[in-house]
Amino acid sequence: MSGKEVFYQGNEACAEGALYAGCRFFAGYPITPSTEVAEFLARRLPRVGGAFIQMEDEIAAMAAVIGASLVGKKSLTATSGPGYSLKMENLGYACIAEVPCVIVNVMRGGPSTGLPTGPSQSDVMQARWGTHGDHPAIALAPASVQEIFTETVRAFNISERLRTPVSLLTDEIIGHMRERIIIPPEGELEIWDRPRPTVPPEQYKPYDISEGIIPPMADFGSGYRYHVTGLNHDETGFPTNKPSLVQPEEERLMAKVTENLDILEKHEYTEKEGARIGVVSFGSSARSSRAAIGLAAEAGIKVDFLRLITLWPFPEDAAVQMADKVDTIIVPEMNLGQMIEEVQRSIAGRAEVVGVNRADGEPITPAQILDRIREVA
Amino acid sequence: MSNRYEVRLSGAGGQGLVLGGVILAEAVSLYEGNNAVQTQSYGPEARGGASKSEVIISTEEIDYPKATQIDLLLCLTQESCDKYVVDLKEDGILIADSRMVKDLPEGNYRIYNLPIIDTAKEKVGKVFVANIVALGAIAHLVDAVSLASVEKAVLKRVPPGTEELNKKALKLGYDLVE
Repeated sequence: MSGKEVFYQGNEACAEGALYAGCRFFAGYPITPSTEVAEFLARRLPRVGGAFIQMEDEIAAMAAVIGASLVGKKSLTATSGPGYSLKMENLGYACIAEVPCVIVNVMRGGPSTGLPTGPSQSDVMQARWGTHGDHPAIALAPASVQEIFTETVRAFNISERLRTPVSLLTDEIIGHMRERIIIPPEGELEIWDRPRPTVPPEQYKPYDISEGIIPPMADFGSGYRYHVTGLNHDETGFPTNKPSLVQPEEERLMAKVTENLDILEKHEYTEKEGARIGVVSFGSSARSSRAAIGLAAEAGIKVDFLRLITLWPFPEDAAVQMADKVDTIIVPEMNLGQMIEEVQRSIAGRAEVVGVNRADGEPITPAQILDRIREVA
Repeated sequence: MSNRYEVRLSGAGGQGLVLGGVILAEAVSLYEGNNAVQTQSYGPEARGGASKSEVIISTEEIDYPKATQIDLLLCLTQESCDKYVVDLKEDGILIADSRMVKDLPEGNYRIYNLPIIDTAKEKVGKVFVANIVALGAIAHLVDAVSLASVEKAVLKRVPPGTEELNKKALKLGYDLVE
């Protein structure tokens, strides 16, 4: 990959990736360990004609992001657990009103204000179920500074194409970690934009799905006038509680995910011939896992590795593929057991599943995972 | 992980240890062509409290980004020395500030008890360049990085107008190691 070589922090790479994807609006409220995303964009956005706003709190920040997206700007907010909780109400609004936006959550210990400067991966289930009601959930979990850049770009692309919010889950370790990365030249990574209407304003219906399940989205202020609401609505955007309209709309929102798995699912499966043990991990715990698998190989123990890059939707087929081959699956995660439940649910008893869990603000070490590998070997 | 080299810079918040780690890792990564990953760990306080910054250097891809078996440990406080020396490898290098660390650990370590803070205060005239003095000593002791690369990285990261001050601090630190 040609491009500009820089020594970046994860949070800086996230901000740079957002700019690369075409993000021109950021609203947020500072919170450790995510603040560098905001600091970086406060400097850079005005230079590219974008806008940065520090709002009075995270709820308002999420509302501002939705407003900016409605006028056609790719929009971002960044936060950590306590702020992610506050954004949930408006995240649900973005789901039902179908407003593209990206929410970065640099995870720290919780619940509540928890461990401000300590890493965690305990918002995994919040990213799936944090806002109420049935809703599509998409969450990406990069494991390196370079991948934070590319996954931020992908988060915007998905969000735009599917008109739905996308969460990027990192953690204090990779958010603050610095590594050499390459910023690709413009044009090297594909950039997707939301579908826009081809009909004139007088014929525009904001939730018209005659052309496909993602309705074209008009920019506010460009002559198209329409109604936006958090209530269930019909194709005009005005509220309805007609069962025959509500049910298909609810199903359509979910179908954005289930019918687009080809662009959503992303993982790495590293297979060893004859392995009887598998590891499923993500984010910074995936780095510990990879190191542990290397140590196990030196000790003559073969271990398969499934690294999740997209957490939601969960790659059920890949988990089942692993479960059909190995006897035991180990799930290291910096929480007291969240993703392990999704692994268990997906594989439906095809293999034993055990966790390696840590919630003390310290990373899971390769030695801890290696111990568990030896136990089950 | 045989060619993995682990450095931990430790002390109190406000001593510039995170910046020190960033500069060392950037020097290795951008100017020496090896891989380096820098991480940090600190409490919620802006000043005071325990602070550490870690740099992993390797010719291979670095998976686990934190230090577990340290090759070089820098301690600018007694507390950090007491706390972290257990992670130092046998035969590992300990650089301890001679003003702050009076009680040196027993054990099979290569110990350099150096006047880092005094050098910054008395010879450069600014105590806040202690991190750069320490980097000079580290550059002398770590094969994976040259003084020239560290200097280049220092000059990229320090505020404009402080270049000469920092260059001097770096050289003085380098010369502290016999």
